Amino acid sequence: MASKKFSSQVAAFEPVGVIAAQSIGEPGTQMTMRTFHYAGVAEHVPTGLPRLIEIVDAKKIPKKPIMDIYLKSDYRTEEKARDVAYDLESVAVKDVANVGDDLEKKKIIVRFKEKDAKELKVTFKMLRDAVEKASAFDTSVNDAEKILTIAPRGKKGLEITLHALRRLANSLRSALIKGVPGVKRAVVVREGGESFIRASGYNIEGVIANPAVNPKKVYTNNIKYIESVYGIEAARNAILHEIKQVLDMQKLYVDIRHIMLVSDALCAEGSVKSVGRHGLSGQKAGVLGRAAFEETIKHLVNASVRATDDALVGVTENIIVGQTVPMGTGKIRLMVSMPKKHKAKKE
Amino acid sequence: MVQEVRKVIERIKFSMFSPEMVRRMSAAKITVPDTYDDDGYPIDGGLVDIRLGVVDPGLRCKTCGGRAKECPGHIGHIELVRPVVHVEYGKHIYAMLKAICPSCKKLNADKPLHALVEKVEEEAPKEIAVGEAKSAPEAVAKEVPKSKEEKRKEKRGQKKKCQHCGAELPEFKYLKPTTFYRDREELLPTEIRDILSNITDDDVRKLGFDPVYSRPEWMVLSALPVPPVNVRPSITLETGERSEDDLTHKLVDIIRINQKLEANINAGAPQLIIEDLWELLQYHVTTFFDNETANIPPARHRSGRPLKTLAQRLKGKEGRFRYNLSGKRVNFSARTVISPDPMLSIGEVGIPKEAAEELTVPLSVTDWNLEHCKKLILADAYPHAVYVIRQDLKRVKVSELTKKEVADNLKVGSIVERQLVDGDIALFNRQPSLHRVSMMAHEVRVLPGKTFRLNPTDTPPYNADFDGDEMNLHVPQSMEAQAEARILMKVEDQILSPRHGHAIIKPQEDYVSGLYFLTHPASYFTRKEASKILYIVDITELPKPDKGELYSGRLLFSQLLPPELNIKIQSKLGEEIVIRNGKLLKGTIESKAIENDLLEQLFIQYGPAYIRKFLDQVTRVALEVITAHGLSVSLKSYTLPPKSAEKVKEVEDRMNREIENLILQYRNKTLARAPGMSLKDTLENTIMSVTSKTREEIGKIVEEGLGAENPSIIMAKIGARGSLLNAIQMSASVAQQAIRGKRPSRGYRKRNLTFNFPGILSARERGFVFSSFRKGLSPDEFYLHSMGGRESLVNTAIRTARSGYMQRRLINAFQDLVVYPDKSVRDASGVIVQFLYGGDGKDAMLASKAEVSDAAKQDDVDTA
Repeated sequence: MASKKFSSQVAAFEPVGVIAAQSIGEPGTQMTMRTFHYAGVAEHVPTGLPRLIEIVDAKKIPKKPIMDIYLKSDYRTEEKARDVAYDLESVAVKDVANVGDDLEKKKIIVRFKEKDAKELKVTFKMLRDAVEKASAFDTSVNDAEKILTIAPRGKKGLEITLHALRRLANSLRSALIKGVPGVKRAVVVREGGESFIRASGYNIEGVIANPAVNPKKVYTNNIKYIESVYGIEAARNAILHEIKQVLDMQKLYVDIRHIMLVSDALCAEGSVKSVGRHGLSGQKAGVLGRAAFEETIKHLVNASVRATDDALVGVTENIIVGQTVPMGTGKIRLMVSMPKKHKAKKE
Repeated sequence: MVQEVRKVIERIKFSMFSPEMVRRMSAAKITVPDTYDDDGYPIDGGLVDIRLGVVDPGLRCKTCGGRAKECPGHIGHIELVRPVVHVEYGKHIYAMLKAICPSCKKLNADKPLHALVEKVEEEAPKEIAVGEAKSAPEAVAKEVPKSKEEKRKEKRGQKKKCQHCGAELPEFKYLKPTTFYRDREELLPTEIRDILSNITDDDVRKLGFDPVYSRPEWMVLSALPVPPVNVRPSITLETGERSEDDLTHKLVDIIRINQKLEANINAGAPQLIIEDLWELLQYHVTTFFDNETANIPPARHRSGRPLKTLAQRLKGKEGRFRYNLSGKRVNFSARTVISPDPMLSIGEVGIPKEAAEELTVPLSVTDWNLEHCKKLILADAYPHAVYVIRQDLKRVKVSELTKKEVADNLKVGSIVERQLVDGDIALFNRQPSLHRVSMMAHEVRVLPGKTFRLNPTDTPPYNADFDGDEMNLHVPQSMEAQAEARILMKVEDQILSPRHGHAIIKPQEDYVSGLYFLTHPASYFTRKEASKILYIVDITELPKPDKGELYSGRLLFSQLLPPELNIKIQSKLGEEIVIRNGKLLKGTIESKAIENDLLEQLFIQYGPAYIRKFLDQVTRVALEVITAHGLSVSLKSYTLPPKSAEKVKEVEDRMNREIENLILQYRNKTLARAPGMSLKDTLENTIMSVTSKTREEIGKIVEEGLGAENPSIIMAKIGARGSLLNAIQMSASVAQQAIRGKRPSRGYRKRNLTFNFPGILSARERGFVFSSFRKGLSPDEFYLHSMGGRESLVNTAIRTARSGYMQRRLINAFQDLVVYPDKSVRDASGVIVQFLYGGDGKDAMLASKAEVSDAAKQDDVDTA
C-alpha cells in the first residue's frame, strides 16, 4: 500500500513542463476549428484550437467576450431573471436611431427606429432623455415623426466647426440609453437546474452594482480582465477553467495537473504572461535559449551590449553546447571516493 | 586506462569587440580584395590568406601549423579607412546620443539603455519613404523625415535642457538603419564615435554597459573582424572552377571600396566624393552583417540571388541556431519504411539485417570479455566487430586482412565496436514527435527483409500506420544511455499515456474483434481448438471444460489473466463485465473495456513486465480467434432490406415536408425568430437540426435493417473499426453536407448550381445527399459533397500548421520547468512555479488509477 502510494508520486527532476506542454499541444491536431454559438448572445465564439491559442497568447480581449451572471436567490425565476437581463443589457443611441448630420445647416438629426426600439423595449422618451443628456444643447422634438434635431453652437457663440459637429454626432451615436456599459445582449439561460444570465461583453463592476446580481458568482472568459479586477489568483483559476473547458468540449482528456502547471506557469510572475516571444519565452534566463527560439539577432546584440553571462541553466543552452540537460537523470551526479592509490597518483 | 578529460562549460559571456581587441586577435591584416592567384595558391593578405587557416587538403596553416582538419581557423581583420556604424547597434547609438549632453558630457537619462532602446522601437516612424531602389547605396533615403512631434516642437521653439549644465540639448534624429542627424545635420560616424567615447565609465555603467566588455564607442567599427576561411569555405565545381562563399564576396566588396576610399583621401579628393564612398563602405559593411536590413536594398549575387550574410546564417528555422545547434545530426541511426509483424513482442523492433550489420555498439574490452571480443574480431559472418578503438584512441578497421593482427594485439581498455544483435536496445521514433511516447526503447530483433518491423499494438503512441510510413532508429552508445533507455524508455513502461493515464498501447481493430468473439457468451471451442489457441501463447495445460465437452471462450480468456484479479467494468455495450479471481464471469470484452480498465489495472497492479506478456498473449490469441472465426464485409453487408429502404424513404419524405413547411413559414414570416438571430438564420438552424434528426432516425433504421449480426455494425459497436455513421452513409444516405457548419450556399445568385432555380431552399438544393455511397451520388450531390470534403481538407492543413506552432511555443515556454526532490516545480533560474506539483505531487500518468487501487487496497486493510 505504502509503496503503491509512493510509486504514484512524481520522480524528482521529472521534466513536468515539457510533459504538460506536450499533453496540451499534442491533441491540438485533433481539435476542430469550428466556432461555437451561444444562442442569442454571440455567434462564432472560438472554441477548440483557436480559443486555446487565444488563451495561451494571453490576449487582452478575447475575440468574443462573454459573461455569465448569476443571480441572488430571490431573482432566480425565469421571469425575474429576464427583467434583470433587460436591465443589464446596454442600448446605445445608434441601436435605436439613425444619427445623421446636416452639414449645411449644421444640425444633427436623430431619427427614431421604432421597430428596432420595440424589440429592445426602448421608448422614444428614453431616447430623447439620453440624447439631451449627452448633447447638452437644445433639442427640438418632433413627436409625430419621432425625430430629434440638435443645433449645436460653438464656443463663445461662434458657429460650430464641421469637425466638432462630426465629433458630437459620433459621441451621440455611442451614448448609452440604458444598461451597463460594455454588456451587450443578455439572455437568460437554464443550465444545470439554475437560471442565469449570459451576456456578450464584459463589465464585472457594472454588473455587480445591480442589486439582483450575486456578486460572488460572476464569470467572464476575458482572463486579462479578471486579472485586473480580482487579481492574479483569480486569473490563474480562470485560465485553468478556460483551458479545461476547451479540451472537455472536444472530449480530449488531459490530466488536470498539466493544465494546472500551465496556468501556474503563466501566472508565476504575478501577471498573466503569454507563451510567445513577448511573454515567457522572451524572458527566459539564458541568452542562447532566447536566441534559439525567435528574434535570434536581437537577443545576441543586446547580450553583447550588456556583457551578459549565460550560465547555461536551461535546456536549449546545454543542448547547444553539447552537454547533458539539467533535468531528469541529467541532474543527478555521482560522487565516488577514489581509491587511495589514485589520489596518490594525482599529487 | 584511457583517461577521458571532460571539460564542462559553466558559462558563456557575451561582449563587444574593441578595435584594439580585433587587431590583437587578428592573425592577418587583409588588404587584397582577391582570393587565389593564377596557380590556385592563396594570396598573402588576401581573403583566404593561409594565416586564417586552411580548407584545402595538403596546405598547412601558417598560424598554428595544423592541417585542414586540425586547424580551428583564425580571425583576421580589415582596417577600415573611415569608421562605419555597426547596423545592429543603430537603436543603441540613437538612445545614447539622446542621453548625453554635448557640452558637459553628462548623462541625461534615468533609465538603463535597454529601456531607452525599447522606447526607440516604439517611437520609430513606421514607414520611411525610400526612393525607387536605384543602384544600392543611392537608394538610402537622405531626407530628414519630419515627424509630427518634431513639427510641434519646432513651432514651440522649445528644446530640452541638460539637467546638469542647463545647456540646450540638440535634437537627434535616427534614420534607419545607420544615419543619424543632430539638429537636422547629418552626423558622420567619426563624430558619433567621438560623442560616444566621451561618456564616462560611470555613466556607461548606469546605461547598462560594462565598460570592460562593452564601451559604447565600439559600436562604431574601425577594424572589421574577418571570419576564418573555414567559416566561408569555397567550393570547387565539377568544371574545376572555384566558387566563393557569399561572405567572401561581401568581404571583397568591402576591401575594394575601402581601398578606393583610401586612394581618394590620399589624392585629396573633394569631401563630397569621399562622403559618397564612405557611405558606400557603410552599405557594404551593413549588408555584410545583415542583408535583410529594412530600408536597404539587399546586396545581390551576380545571378540576382540575394547574398546570405551573417544574420541570415543564424536566423530562423534553417539558421545555425535551430538547424545545427538545437538539433544535431547523429550517427548510429537508421531510417526505413515500417511494416507490421504481430508475432513480435510489443517491446521489440524488427531490424533488417543489412541495417544491423551497419549499426554498431561499443564494447569495452575487460579481462572478463577479452576472449569474447577476440572472437568477435575473428568472426567471418554476421555478428562481428567492425572497428577497434585502441587505447591511443586510434580507430582500426577490422577487415579480412587485418583481423588476425588486430585480435592478437587486442588489449584490455580498448573498445570494440560490434554489430547490432538481438537483445540490444534501440530508440525508435516517428515524426512528428508530439509526445514523450513518440520515441520509445525497443529490444532489437534482427530479421530478414528491408523494413523495420513493429507490432501493430505499438502503433497508437507513434500515430503510425503502414501505408508507407518511415521511422527512425537510434542505437545508444554509452552504458549510461543504454541503461536509461532500458529503465525509463521501454515500450512496456509507456503503456499509459502521460497525458491522461489511460492505456495508449492497446489492442486495436481485429484484435478487438477477436477478443469480442472469444469472450462472446455464445462462443465455445472444442478441445482441439482450445488447445490450439492456448498453445500459441505457451499455455500447455488445458483447464477443465466448462460446458460438457466444450470450452467457453471466457474460460480460455481467463487463462491469460492473473488469478487474483478482481474488477468490474462498465462495458460500452451496456453490460457489466465482471472478473473475479482471475475469471471472466460476465460480459464481453470490447475496446473501451480493455484499454480503460483492464490494461490500466494490470499495469498498475502487476507492472510493465506482466503487461508486456499479457499484451503479447492477448493479441496472439485474438488473432487466432479472428482468423478462425473470420470477419469480412461485402456489398451485401451494406444492402438494406427493402422494408428498411422504404422506411428510410419515408423518413426522408417526412423531412422534406417538414423543411418545405419551414420554408413556407419563413416566406410568410410566421416562423418564430430565435433570440439573437435573423429570421434567415433561424430557418437555416432549424433545418440543420431537422436534417441531423433525420440522420439519427435513419441510423436507427439502418442498425435495425442491417441487423446486430452485421460485421460492420459489430465492429462499430465494439469500437474495432468504423462507426454507425459509416454504415449509414454507405447503405442508406450520405445525408446533409455542411460548409462552415451551415448548409452550402455559395456559387451563383441565390443558388448553388447553375441548373437550380434561384431561391429554392429545399433539402436537395442545399446539400442534402439522398443517395448512399453504395448506390452512388448523382452529379449535383457529388459536387456539393466534394465542397464539404474540400473544406475539411483545408481545415486539416491549416490546423496542423497552427497547432504545430502553438506546441513549439508551449514547449519552449515550459521546457525548463522541473520537479525538485521536494516536489516543488521550479524553472531554470530557480523561481518556484508550484509549491507542490499538481497539488498532490502525483505523476499524471499514474495518479488517477493508482488512487483507485490504493483505495481498494485500503479497504482490504480496513476489513482485515
